[in-house]
Amino acid sequence: MLAWTVYISFVAAALVLLVPPRYTSAIRWFALLSAVGGFAISLVAMIANPAGAPVTLVDVPWIPSIGAHYWLSADGISFALCALTGLAATTGILFSWNIEHRVNEYFALFLALIGGVYGVFLANDVLLLFFFYEIAIVPKYFLISIWGSTNREYGAMKLAIYSFVGSAMVLFGILSTYMLTSGVGFGLPDLARHALPHAQQMWIFPLIFLGFGILAGLWPFHTWAPTGHVAAPTAASMLLAGVVMKLGAYGCLRIAMALYPAALEPWGFHIGWISSWRDVFALLAVIGIVYGAAVALVQQDFKFVIGYSSVSHMGFVIFGLMTLTGIGLDGAVLQMVSHGILAGLLFAVVGRMIYERTHTRMLPDLEGMGLASRLPFATVIFVLAGMASMGLPGFSGFVSELQIIVGGWSSYPWLTVAVGIGIVIGIAYTWRVMQRAFFGEQIVSIDRQTEKHEFLPITWPEKAGSFLLLAATLLVGLFPSFLLTRIATAFASPFFDGLRQGRW
Amino acid sequence: MSAFSYTQMIHTLAPQIALLVGVLVVLAIDLGPLRGKSENIRWRGIVLAALLSLLTAAWFTSSLALPASVAELYRITPLSLLLNHALLLLSAIILLLSVGMTPTRHISEYVSLILLATIGMTLLTGATDLLVLFLALELFSLCLYVLTGMDKLKTASAEAALKYFLFGAMSAALLLFGFSYLYGIAGSTHLAVIGKAIAAAPQDPLVLMAIVLVLAGLGFKIAAAPFHFWAPDAYQGAPLSGAAAAATSSKVASFAILIQMLLVVFGTAAGNGSFHFTQPGWLPVLTILTAASILIGNFAALAQHNVRRLLAYSAVAHTGYALVALQSTSPEAVSALLYYVLTYSLATLGAFAVLTVLQQQGYGDRYADLAGFSRRSPIAALCLLVFLLSLAGIPPLAGFTGKFLVFGAAMQGREIYSGAAVLVGLALAGSTVSFYYYLQVLKFAFVVDSATQSGPTPPPTRNYLPLFVSILLALLVILAGVFPSVLLDAIHSAILASS
Repeated sequence: MLAWTVYISFVAAALVLLVPPRYTSAIRWFALLSAVGGFAISLVAMIANPAGAPVTLVDVPWIPSIGAHYWLSADGISFALCALTGLAATTGILFSWNIEHRVNEYFALFLALIGGVYGVFLANDVLLLFFFYEIAIVPKYFLISIWGSTNREYGAMKLAIYSFVGSAMVLFGILSTYMLTSGVGFGLPDLARHALPHAQQMWIFPLIFLGFGILAGLWPFHTWAPTGHVAAPTAASMLLAGVVMKLGAYGCLRIAMALYPAALEPWGFHIGWISSWRDVFALLAVIGIVYGAAVALVQQDFKFVIGYSSVSHMGFVIFGLMTLTGIGLDGAVLQMVSHGILAGLLFAVVGRMIYERTHTRMLPDLEGMGLASRLPFATVIFVLAGMASMGLPGFSGFVSELQIIVGGWSSYPWLTVAVGIGIVIGIAYTWRVMQRAFFGEQIVSIDRQTEKHEFLPITWPEKAGSFLLLAATLLVGLFPSFLLTRIATAFASPFFDGLRQGRW
Repeated sequence: MSAFSYTQMIHTLAPQIALLVGVLVVLAIDLGPLRGKSENIRWRGIVLAALLSLLTAAWFTSSLALPASVAELYRITPLSLLLNHALLLLSAIILLLSVGMTPTRHISEYVSLILLATIGMTLLTGATDLLVLFLALELFSLCLYVLTGMDKLKTASAEAALKYFLFGAMSAALLLFGFSYLYGIAGSTHLAVIGKAIAAAPQDPLVLMAIVLVLAGLGFKIAAAPFHFWAPDAYQGAPLSGAAAAATSSKVASFAILIQMLLVVFGTAAGNGSFHFTQPGWLPVLTILTAASILIGNFAALAQHNVRRLLAYSAVAHTGYALVALQSTSPEAVSALLYYVLTYSLATLGAFAVLTVLQQQGYGDRYADLAGFSRRSPIAALCLLVFLLSLAGIPPLAGFTGKFLVFGAAMQGREIYSGAAVLVGLALAGSTVSFYYYLQVLKFAFVVDSATQSGPTPPPTRNYLPLFVSILLALLVILAGVFPSVLLDAIHSAILASS
């Protein structure tokens, strides 16, 4: 049934494109309905499978001559990320309710992107996964370059090229694997069983990990993320940060780490303190955490703050993966979900609730507007989202970051200290933007001027979207076991045997 | 040699004879019943007659009893049968695109040249003798030179035709010179005999000379760098459908004969050995052509501001990608190569169809002319998106599948430090570059808002053929990408049955 999430999204995208753009509200409702449909299917599929046991959804030969299958399957990780995708799609459409320009194309691209994302999370064949992964690149470009704001063509092109370079690296890795494993085909479990020789894994792994890592915002290849997020329309930044960056992290885990686990072993020589690819990527991840947070601390553009905070939070995911402990990996997957929800919420407040009303995102301008009293709803939501993003208990971020740190403590104690510093800076930048954007000293003269044109009230789709996202972060924060049992089952499955090697 | 059987010949060449009759009919009806009629009616009548002859040719082609051959000169194999069907289909689409859209009064001449070129191409795929091969090659090349110059309103057209012709004549001379070496080695013009002679003396330096000369000659036909200089001008100057013929069907036929030459004739040339384990002697030359095409094609395309020139340079790059397949001589590699070339032709033909739609609206073919295209004609713009993304190699389109098959076949069973893997890396790097310039065109079509028209707005057209052709081709490109095994298996089994 879960496979229908893919089909619904693509079919809905095609249908929406056929509707003339003047039927604006019909298009919106139809798009919303199909997104909710996908969301409902992924939730039902997850609830119907309390143990999170891996299930095969479809498996038919696709290109028999090279052994590629149309093979969709789901395990706990896929369930969690599909639910996240459904949530991001639904709320993304709610926060796009004000789109008037070329509505049908907008929602068609949006749904096509979502369909590709579902496909990646469900694919159980490397070629198929890559197929869906690349489908997701093109809609992003057009969503940003047509409906975006600041510097949109630059941001869109940069994002598209970074993604494409990453996927070319991945493709080369896949082709090399195909070259070295004749006859195995492309099924993920088959490839995991027929592990390549150690020496081959050693060079294919970094290629694929880095290729996916570019999309996951791995430092120093993260620079597309802030510019892309800032240029994108609100819903597109919600999707970018919410699910597209997760595609990268998911690829790192599902392909790079699971298929080439031997590459995480030490090289056998040292370069300073670094003695394996694992050390390299753990270090890059931690630099990303601290660097992203530090840069977020000094931004003047509100959206750049959130953009860099995404880089920082995605660093947690990569670091969690590199801990190679059960708890760290669980935490990494949970952090993907958690960041997907929170980044969506933060971008929604900044891009939709504030920018669409004040037409500025610059903190010095916002400071004088007294948003706390004039947009109380946005303020409350942002404060809650900010607290969640800082990692306060009760919200999703707390659980996942705690797990990652616990995992990191046993693998990389010194790096974990740096991660702690990153968290402290995280509190600082969140506090700073909260203070400056919402609780700044209200400048009287500006206030008199703007009082005449009061901000439009918050509309129902914004409220509905915010409540959905808040509910999700609270739910994950208070009952993480709902996801964690399923994720842990997935990591205990034979597919991850090579990676696990009795480690957890 | 047994007695020459004319009935056998007529039977085997029935498709080509049908086309030749078509040429005569086309010329006759333009002089007879259609004389003095309006251009509109003339176009329709003539193209209808031409399509009928193509259809008859296709029918004859499919009813051929295999094996069929004309002495030692021409032999129909399952593979050439398949390719001939594809070539007839491409010619039919090119004819549909030319209806009313070609700025010439010599309608019957134009159409008959396309038919004549088709005769040459379909003969080429089955040629087993150097002379037939050369004649077929020159038959369609000469037609293409003239087609390129048929746009009498543009001086660029005449200039392009002259350039195309001069380069073509030069490359024909090189090819013929190479053939003379081959004759000198084997004392025969039959391909298989030459292959055997080379197998007997694989180290002969004359073979090396022949390889270089033949590859230079054929490299011109497939627009491989550094023999690509005609392409940008010909693509830009020629009437759209003429350029489409030079870009698609001529390329399919030339690739077919290139494979034939490399595998049958030079397969045993010193390097040494024919199949799998050792590398054939033509590999170094071909590798240079491949790498040069990828690099020059992609980097030159970056600097273009005209869609047709862009297509020309990207064609050079695509020739490079396709040639990567020949790093391996396995049947899988050859079928991947043909799959790639066929689907590439569909996408390129589609791009020309969309340019025809653009021309109908009174716009030129600069990027700026595309501005606001998605607002003016959303369906055609969507088709353009499909074609260009397919060329860029984005799934679920045929271009991606083709690239994957080609690169996979080239690397299959190789080592990572092999030339094949390095070339694949280069090709992937090249395709990331190409993604930028295709996206640049799409940016104009979808993102940039309005364009200034280059001429007065033409009256709204009632000729929906180009749009129809675009939609048809877009569907084909998508289907070939999502269900590649249909076409791929057909090619693969044809290759296995032919060898």
